[in-house]
Amino acid sequence: MNLTTLHALQQAQSARRPVAFAKNLSDGAELLLPDDAAPENLNEAAKTALAADKTGTHTIGNESWFIEARNPPPRLILIGAVHIAQALVPLATLTGFEVVLVDPRTAFGNQDRFPGAKIINDWPDDAIKTLRPEIRTAVVTLTHDPKLDDPALDEALKSDAFYLGALGSRKTHAARLARLAALGHSPETLSRIYGPVGLNIGAVTAPEIALSIIAELVSTRRGPK
Amino acid sequence: MDNAEDIFATAAAWAAEGETVAIATVTETWGSSPRPAGSRMAITKSGRIAGSVSGGCIEGAVADAAQSVMQTHAPKLLDFGVTNEMAWEVGLACGGKVKVFVEPLT
Repeated sequence: MNLTTLHALQQAQSARRPVAFAKNLSDGAELLLPDDAAPENLNEAAKTALAADKTGTHTIGNESWFIEARNPPPRLILIGAVHIAQALVPLATLTGFEVVLVDPRTAFGNQDRFPGAKIINDWPDDAIKTLRPEIRTAVVTLTHDPKLDDPALDEALKSDAFYLGALGSRKTHAARLARLAALGHSPETLSRIYGPVGLNIGAVTAPEIALSIIAELVSTRRGPK
Repeated sequence: MDNAEDIFATAAAWAAEGETVAIATVTETWGSSPRPAGSRMAITKSGRIAGSVSGGCIEGAVADAAQSVMQTHAPKLLDFGVTNEMAWEVGLACGGKVKVFVEPLT
């Protein structure tokens, strides 16, 4: 592999741009696809691989090609730089999520409390509009504060996010659903929200709650449908 | 792409330090192989290793092959699995099969 190729792959990754890495297994030639200059059948194979998120070896024109789908990593947008977020950010990062922390309150969302984290000190609905969650993004609200959680969920419900979760008791959640329904969301749309958030593993401490949330995220992405 | 571990970043950092680096990639799997196609390992001539291409059963053999690839500069496609025990001394305990492409980082 050329260092130039490696750097191009890293660039695509940090820009969340999907690319396919293609490697000719007989002569070692390598390409980033799709590429207008590349043969049509290779571009087709790359597009199919990216759509299916499948990596593997294909025979293309009598040659063996390794085609790797490099879709952007799954992303987790957290609303609320609260105590549970301090356990959730490292655990989600370890699990392979790119984590974005949203909290307009700089007393909570700051590098002292979250060293190295990507933090947006913006109102949650504005942040969600900017971040535009797609099918590889999950949104979890953690503040318990309707002023922050509700606008985030209201906006996230209009997106293709694969998972929406809201921290809070059953009672809190029922009240939240009623408020969101008043904003015009149908019961079917509202059923997309996992609340209370997380798999029921009897979690008590912040790290345990973080674990239950990650477990539910993994189960939603990979578990039996 | 779901690998939390960023082998490319590690390989780039090692290359920047002046190390000679090889990259091993799982290109194809059959049966119950532990790591999916696209899993990677980076190996340096000085013996540093990052990442994995199996549950730990073939990393040693891949690292050995990487050393010879770094000498000859010729990429190799390795075959591991129950039906290939004669070709390679290492098999996969799980009964799966994998192909691993080993190449120098140039």
